[in-house]
Amino acid sequence: MSVVTVQLGQCGNQVGPELLSTLCDDSGGAGRGPYSELSRERFFWEDSRGMLVARSVLVDMEPKVISQAVAKASKSGKWRYWEKAHFCQKQGSGNNWANGYCVHGPRHEEAVEDLVRREVERCDRLSGIFAVMSVAGGTGSGVGTFITQCLRDVYPNSFIVNHLTWPYGTGEVIVQNYNSVLTLSRLYQLSDALVVHENDTVHKICSRLMNIKHISVDDINKVIAHQLGSMLQPAYTADSPTHYSRNPIGELLSSLVCHPEYKLLSLCNIPQMSQTSLAYSTYTWPGLLKHLRQMLIANARMEEGIDWKVSVLPSGGERAQTRRMGFNRSLSNLLILRGKDVSSADAGAFKDPALYVSWVPPDDTFSSWTSPVPFNGYEKSATLVSNSQFLLKPLDNIVRKAWNMFVSRAYVHQYTKFGISEEDFLDSFSMLEQIISSYTHL
Amino acid sequence: MTQSVVVQVGQCGNQVGCRFWDLALREHAHVNKKGIYDEALSSFFQNVDPRRSDGAGGGAPGSRISALRARAVLVDMEEGVLSEVLQGPLRQLFSSTQLISDVSGSGNNWAVGHHSYGGVYGEQIVEQVRRAAEHCDCLQCFFIIHSMGGGTGSGLGTRVLKLLEDEFPDVCRLVTAVYPSAEDDVITSPYNSVLAMRELTEHADCVLPVENQSLVDIVSKIQHMAHSGKPGSVIKKDCTIISGQGGVSRTEKPFDAMNNIVANLLLNITSSARFEGSLNVDLNEIAMNLVPFPRLHYLVSSLTPLYTLADVNIPTRRLDQMFTDAFSKDHQLMRADPKHSLYLACALMLRGNVQLSDLRRNIERLRPALSFVQWNNEGWKTGLCSVPPVGHSHSLLALANNTCVKSSFTELRERFVKIYRKKAHLHHYLGVDGMEVGGFNEALSSLSTLIDEYSQLDSTRTAPTQDPPRLNIAT
Repeated sequence: MSVVTVQLGQCGNQVGPELLSTLCDDSGGAGRGPYSELSRERFFWEDSRGMLVARSVLVDMEPKVISQAVAKASKSGKWRYWEKAHFCQKQGSGNNWANGYCVHGPRHEEAVEDLVRREVERCDRLSGIFAVMSVAGGTGSGVGTFITQCLRDVYPNSFIVNHLTWPYGTGEVIVQNYNSVLTLSRLYQLSDALVVHENDTVHKICSRLMNIKHISVDDINKVIAHQLGSMLQPAYTADSPTHYSRNPIGELLSSLVCHPEYKLLSLCNIPQMSQTSLAYSTYTWPGLLKHLRQMLIANARMEEGIDWKVSVLPSGGERAQTRRMGFNRSLSNLLILRGKDVSSADAGAFKDPALYVSWVPPDDTFSSWTSPVPFNGYEKSATLVSNSQFLLKPLDNIVRKAWNMFVSRAYVHQYTKFGISEEDFLDSFSMLEQIISSYTHL
Repeated sequence: MTQSVVVQVGQCGNQVGCRFWDLALREHAHVNKKGIYDEALSSFFQNVDPRRSDGAGGGAPGSRISALRARAVLVDMEEGVLSEVLQGPLRQLFSSTQLISDVSGSGNNWAVGHHSYGGVYGEQIVEQVRRAAEHCDCLQCFFIIHSMGGGTGSGLGTRVLKLLEDEFPDVCRLVTAVYPSAEDDVITSPYNSVLAMRELTEHADCVLPVENQSLVDIVSKIQHMAHSGKPGSVIKKDCTIISGQGGVSRTEKPFDAMNNIVANLLLNITSSARFEGSLNVDLNEIAMNLVPFPRLHYLVSSLTPLYTLADVNIPTRRLDQMFTDAFSKDHQLMRADPKHSLYLACALMLRGNVQLSDLRRNIERLRPALSFVQWNNEGWKTGLCSVPPVGHSHSLLALANNTCVKSSFTELRERFVKIYRKKAHLHHYLGVDGMEVGGFNEALSSLSTLIDEYSQLDSTRTAPTQDPPRLNIAT
């Protein structure tokens, strides 16, 4: 089954090619047989000369980033974008969600839908649509939300997962919190799951774990691509323990999103390090899993600086107290292990019922996928996709900052100009407060 | 790729404008070695067939340059400056229809420029702008350049601003306004400035106020550095922001150094729209991010580094110094001190060899020393453009929406009130058709309201910073 990726806006068109390169490189190793074939079928098709062509649609309101993406792909010599798969305009949305959602989106609805339809028709079977975008700018967030809405109408029965890059706490776009609030509140009703990367977290991974001194946007996107790749590449699941599962998006959603009120997914992955240290490092599965579990409960997004004092108290009478203790409670988790001796790894520690809310049946809280093929140069690699309180704090920060600004009505005139009213803002705020409240009371 | 049209009005506007065209050509010649009419060039220049008079036929982006024509309309009500342009080295950039002039000047009278000439030439100017706009693939922005103190720039310039708003409501209007110094020799300059400011407050999307005195200070500072002869501080000749070396104009005129600074401001603000970079800043993002309330759209700008030293190593220290300087009083293009006033928002637009981590490190370093308005504590907008200005390895343009502009505006108001109280020179204005005393009072109260709005925001600085109560959710 295949996945159609839709790259939206500057961020989407930078993360997208990085992800596809990672997937293509990773599936290109020798002796990988079905793993390689499946991965390629999933994200690429072959043209008449045997060249891999991405099952992607590139959308931006401004041509520069798309032409970079297209050039970068064809320069790789391994894969390319289909020459007719992109749509761009000349003038960006100017960081204004309302401009993207109310003006650019509706104006180009048909053209983008056509592009997606062509890619969908090229798939033997569609596993789902994976839309890559940021929530901060104007095009990715505004046009992206509008396009997601259109795709939901056109493909009511297909899975749609959005990958969202959340902005740095400071310093990218001043109205980023408004744009984020408007995007998240709408996508929450449209999308099947929101997979989130925060720039701040990824930036820390680059500086502390990868030891990159001058971090560029490319470095950030490489880490995101690595984590997404490990989630999207073929793996054995509990239902198909001897051959690779064919429906990555469907399996992902059935493992993690059991209730429509909870669909914020976060990713963490270990180990992560610079290429030079990689050659000198060895890891054992028990060690990796011990770290990863502590990252989960201590709400740490990387293996450095984990608080080892946080522990899971048995659920029951002490629940109120445990919440104060601040361990990160989950709704469901998916553990993906890739690499050597993967069958020997024991994921029992993730099955502890105390980690989870009591109202989800224990069988549905935890899943694990495995693959004996080492991923992206790492001999062993463990990834945790989690539907938990991981994103509660960053979400709360976005809403708090946006609300502070909204109370003084700063910048609101820029949105009303394009047809987003104060009531629309209020609706979005109350929707997100509801989500925050739901996750808080897990 | 989007295009912009420059409308330069009055003596000052045209002098600054011509420096801009010269330096823009220099910059593109530096980047574009093959003589191809590329997308970057197309943002400010048309490729035309010189044998045709309709300004077309030179080929689309991607073809060879046949002849470049500036996307500009030049307006002055005296002949001097414009005829100089027509005889000067830049003459090939403009066809004579792009130049609109009269012979008698506005006599430093805003009303003459705004009402008399506005009435006579308004339609013709708009017609020329419309023709320039028709040659654009996607017109994004008007750059209007004029001074505030004289008659033509401030009067007719702001009239054109209003006409453009009516005619092209969706195109961003960015005004570069040169404010007179307190010791200006034009006695009516406070009148002209205050009358013009009302128009700017009501009809511009963004205003970049530039004070004459700041330009003088910066030029003398650089010249002092250049002649100090200290070891280790040899300045590369073509690497100051006041130098026009490498441009097509060979001789330097007296105000060129000052005008080059303003031209550099315009080059840097548009760099990200012209060249690629990992964090693009489109021109329409500037108003979106920096203007929280429609009237408060005056942005204080600073350019760093002012010059590059001749030795080629750039230690990180010097890169960080560039960020520090951008916030210092000496580098602002207004005589104002943003560091000790309240920031509503701030944009850092970087060019050249600067990484995301350099940017983040410096924001974190500088942030504690600056005060931001309570609801926009993290009001930073950032941009990275990969092409540096000619002669530099990196540069920074900081744009601040800061309450410090208040002090300049208050000073201006005082100068206005001083002569208005005595009704001095008023009859020159009131004799012009369309100008009434009411216009003076309204302009004054518009300025006062603007100052009050800034003061009100300033007063929140001392207020306790408590988050407003959030929406409650029934659980």
